[in-house]
Amino acid sequence: MARVLINLPSQAKRGEIIEIKTLIAHPMESGYRLDNTGAAIPRDIINRFVCTYNGEEVFSAELFPAIAANPFIAFSTVATESGELVFAWTDDHGKTQTEVRQIIVE
Amino acid sequence: MYVRHSTLPTRRMILAAAAGVSLAPSVTPARATEATMVEAIRALIGESTLQRGRVKLELPTIVENGNTVSLTVSVESPMSETDHVASIHIFNQKNPQPYVAAFNLGPRAGKASISTRIRLADSQRVVAIARLNDGSFWSSSADVIVTLAACTEQ
Amino acid sequence: MRGLPLPALIVAAMATAAAETAPEAQRSGYDFAGREIRAMQDDDTTNPGMLWVMQGETLWAKKTGAADRSCADCHGDARISMKGAAARYPAFDAALDRPVDLEQRINQCRTERQHAQSLAWESEDLLALTAFVAHQSRGVPIAVRTDEQLRPFFALGNELFHRREGQLNLSCSQCHDDNWGKRLAGSVIPQGHPTGYPLYRLEWQSLGSLQRRLRNCMIGVRAAPYEYSAPEAVALELYLMERASGMPIETPAVRP
Repeated sequence: MARVLINLPSQAKRGEIIEIKTLIAHPMESGYRLDNTGAAIPRDIINRFVCTYNGEEVFSAELFPAIAANPFIAFSTVATESGELVFAWTDDHGKTQTEVRQIIVE
Repeated sequence: MYVRHSTLPTRRMILAAAAGVSLAPSVTPARATEATMVEAIRALIGESTLQRGRVKLELPTIVENGNTVSLTVSVESPMSETDHVASIHIFNQKNPQPYVAAFNLGPRAGKASISTRIRLADSQRVVAIARLNDGSFWSSSADVIVTLAACTEQ
Repeated sequence: MRGLPLPALIVAAMATAAAETAPEAQRSGYDFAGREIRAMQDDDTTNPGMLWVMQGETLWAKKTGAADRSCADCHGDARISMKGAAARYPAFDAALDRPVDLEQRINQCRTERQHAQSLAWESEDLLALTAFVAHQSRGVPIAVRTDEQLRPFFALGNELFHRREGQLNLSCSQCHDDNWGKRLAGSVIPQGHPTGYPLYRLEWQSLGSLQRRLRNCMIGVRAAPYEYSAPEAVALELYLMERASGMPIETPAVRP
């Protein structure tokens, strides 16, 4: 399980636009680096990031090798209701890591 | 016999680059990646035109290391059901691939603004394109100078 | 110096002063970094180095080794017990009769008290633990001892810092004492203070130790770098920390 840093408010007013910052540990091997024999190190990146809010997708991103290692993605969403925000990162092998955060909206 | 070296830019290419993103480039092998970026953009926008404005692309003008370059794209938009940014696409000119990332937004975003960190292999142009829900495309570009770090493992 | 004209005396005095940077003129690598790098370091929620600090916090509480003991079992809350520790390392180890740096001290605890395997240099776990421990000293002014038994090691570090080396035949001092602030190719030369280690170097796309960075410097002047844990490496670390006396720890720093 890669280390993850997610920053978002634990509570917000209904209708408020909240900022969400995410950082996940991953080398994002581009596939263009050469090892010391001169062979290309195979590509191995996180290629998709999805944020769902009480089950509904509110943000997603398609990532390419040009995204820096330990990918940082900051975006915003409207605080509509209390519930769960689920963050999912999927890599080239199809493996997904999921993190859940609660939010209270009054 | 005079032989033009393909690594030197032609006067036409310099003028085209100065004018902004050229959608009808003249290419030599050395500028193949510029053509690839142009093709990738064309694949996104199809027959539509790329309008300048509304998109603010923030990148440092000069970076100490191309491995991690902070980028922010924001688009003027009410982000309402009827008028919002559907997606933001980032392209680059000189990396091995023209694609950097694509972000899907919508009215639930509240505002059209994303930040990330990208890799730039060399000094080059970065292009950000916003697709609105009405099918229109807006763009902005920025040139970044990439310097190499001193004293590394090589 | 009878007979020397006054201007020559002034020039001679300035030349001696230029060799070492006065405490008031001490500047961290942070001050030489661009705005975006500083912003990355300033925000704990976006500083990539914090990913290792978080990992270190987990490892601190994890029981390990034949003794089935965690760091916390002896040291309790790191926020209290480790505060100021990194600012005092390298420190003298009486049993070994030489100074050890923080990484070596952590491994010592692992092998001697946890009866666990030593962690390899630059391994994720050693970086994480070192970062977590050093982070507890963030803001604490560097204050290493160089008296008594440490004197010969400090002298060695001093000598190594001022010695020309490598195919480029340059000493650390020539860049970092005499030419800091100027540019080497596209990069600004910093003063070379180890205030933020282990740090996230954009070039490595990872966290790394001071010894790794010093190896990079030596490769930069085309000298054979010291092996990890070599006495020269630790002596140089001791010298560098003393040279940075009073500067606050920044771990985890972000640098190009």
